[in-house]
Amino acid sequence: MEITYLKAINEALHEEMRRDENVFVMGEDVAELGGAFKVTEGLLDAFGPERVIDTPIAEALIVGAGVGAAMLGMRPVLEMQFGDFISCAFDQIVNTAATLRYRHGGLASCPIVIRAPSGAGVHGALFHSQNPEAWFTRVPGLKVVAPATPYDAKGMLKAAIRDDNPVVYFEHKRLYRSVKEDVPTGDFTVPLGVAQVRRSGDDLSIVTYGGTLHQALEAANIAEREDGISVEVLDLRTLLPLDREAILAAARKTGKVLVVHEDRLTGGIGGEIAAIIGEHAFEYLDAPVRRLAMLDTHNAFSPPLEEFILPNTAKIVAAVRDLWAY
Amino acid sequence: MTAPQARTSDKPNPGLEREHALDLLRQMVRIRRFEEKCVELYSAGKIRGFLHLYIGEEAVAVGAMQALEPGDAVVATYREHGHALVRGIPAEKIMAELYGKQEGCSGGRGGSMHLFDAATRFYGGNAIVGGGLPLAVGLALADKLQQRSRVTACFFGEGAVAEGEFHESMNLAALWRLPVLFCCENNLYAMGTALKRSESEVDLCLKATSYEMPAWPVDGMDVALCEAAARRAALAVRSGEGPCFLEFRTYRFRAHSMYDPQLYRTKAEIAEWEKRDPINLFEARLQEQGIISSDEIAAIEAAVAGEIDKSVELAEAGTWEPIESLTRFVYSDRTRP
Ligand SMILES: Cc1ncc(C[n+]2csc(CCOP(=O)(O)OP(=O)(O)O)c2C)c(N)n1
Repeated sequence: MEITYLKAINEALHEEMRRDENVFVMGEDVAELGGAFKVTEGLLDAFGPERVIDTPIAEALIVGAGVGAAMLGMRPVLEMQFGDFISCAFDQIVNTAATLRYRHGGLASCPIVIRAPSGAGVHGALFHSQNPEAWFTRVPGLKVVAPATPYDAKGMLKAAIRDDNPVVYFEHKRLYRSVKEDVPTGDFTVPLGVAQVRRSGDDLSIVTYGGTLHQALEAANIAEREDGISVEVLDLRTLLPLDREAILAAARKTGKVLVVHEDRLTGGIGGEIAAIIGEHAFEYLDAPVRRLAMLDTHNAFSPPLEEFILPNTAKIVAAVRDLWAY
Repeated sequence: MTAPQARTSDKPNPGLEREHALDLLRQMVRIRRFEEKCVELYSAGKIRGFLHLYIGEEAVAVGAMQALEPGDAVVATYREHGHALVRGIPAEKIMAELYGKQEGCSGGRGGSMHLFDAATRFYGGNAIVGGGLPLAVGLALADKLQQRSRVTACFFGEGAVAEGEFHESMNLAALWRLPVLFCCENNLYAMGTALKRSESEVDLCLKATSYEMPAWPVDGMDVALCEAAARRAALAVRSGEGPCFLEFRTYRFRAHSMYDPQLYRTKAEIAEWEKRDPINLFEARLQEQGIISSDEIAAIEAAVAGEIDKSVELAEAGTWEPIESLTRFVYSDRTRP
């Protein structure tokens, strides 16, 4: 059945809650309202208020209480209403959740999922637009994922819920209703930590994830059609741990790599990817690794500025041409 | 919860002089009409993103801010168009900000949720729930350290009471006797969450008094009572007695942001509160007392309409920030000599 990205997340929650009674959902307005974006719609009716829990506005508490419940065998799925507010829970995520298992010598684990709607392009201005994934991709003990398709959104959320580690799950707001795809109705998971080649090509590789995957695929088609450049597109899907082999394979195959993400350039995962390629596939490269990312500034509210600072299809096409010509 | 009835007997006489009464009405009408225009502009795609309307709550900002002097500071939330207007930020600068134009009060960078104006000591709306409370404590701390007898009025919704910052700020303000006037706008719902579903103790004044600060509930639909309560509290705060907490009991007539199906409350409840529309209530009282004529009301409406039309004109004529200045003000390039 063809479903939206949003529906895919919703279905994953329904199915995992049916499958395991320890799974519960907690966050601001997730129950009665069904979430600010309606991602959790219908869960309250299906599972009742003990498993679909509206909390006060208290992000640190939502995560921290989730950690406590997880230590006793529950599997909470915790919603940050907007990814931008995840910073309010930062300490609970990076200090409490991420170190828990290590800290207790393997005697405890922390199977929580933190869902964070992220991303710009909806005129959300400073605090309703951010892509805060890189704050977390350097924290051992966490897993960080950013699915881009309905199939992955569903399969990776299921995998995240079943994973015994704390997983930060970034879902791009712009994708909620804009991408649709056939998703099987039966149970399936998509393994965390495994990237996926979305489009095969020989001349140049784009490495991307999340919101910019769709722009990269469009750009690849344009470059093929208009310039005859054969572009491979690798969807990282998981940002921590990175699928190093897939990244290196993409670099070795084409010798030219463009990394694209909507998170900011400096400190974004693109720098890590460039370093991995530089260290382990240098001799295969025909050009320096290039990065196209949000500019190093704050999320702009003015529409022309927002447009200017964010990657888009046209900018990816230009970057592909530029790199190809190197 | 039902709409509170006006209780005037136990309140000090607000001493409404005619001019002042007219001004209170004018301010409320300005906010109402300004935001009604915003709704139109939003539908027309001129204003984008998130837009939180204050419609129904006007008496709180208008009444409370009468107690403030020009040197006092204001901290607000993302539902702050009204506070900004009353504080004296020109309507066209607010409108331009809502458009995202560089002529806006925040240079087009903040949008609806981040109106700012240092000249009127309006230290900003804030999209982060609870984010304004620590800031207000800091402003008050600076005023105290710099030995100015000023008040910082901090507006926030009852939903913010759940954030840790509420506890931290209330505690410290009281402990250090900082001049903060905490103005809680209790409109009963934080998005779709009724207060009783998020607080174990719904008597917010009781909560506040546990920090050893005076606290009173106020009928937030009655602008005169809002003013009287704020004056009394501000006087205490200004004289160095430490912070005060006011719980304004009010109601948001519209959706949380532009659209929400409002399944969390009944139409009957909304209708009951609408009967106590702060503008109608005050207008009717003034008419009854022979303080204002229908001609004068029409004149207020006309003047306000003119001001708002002008604000739209100027916002329309405003310009987008040029790309070259994109990273301007990310950092300050000044250092202290
Ligand atoms: C830290 C943080 N968490 C969540 C949100 C999302 N959010 C925006 S407004 C709101 C409800 C706030 O309600 P209240 O404080 O009562 O103010 P009101 O909107 O009723 O004026 C929520 C949960 C936010 N902006 N900031």
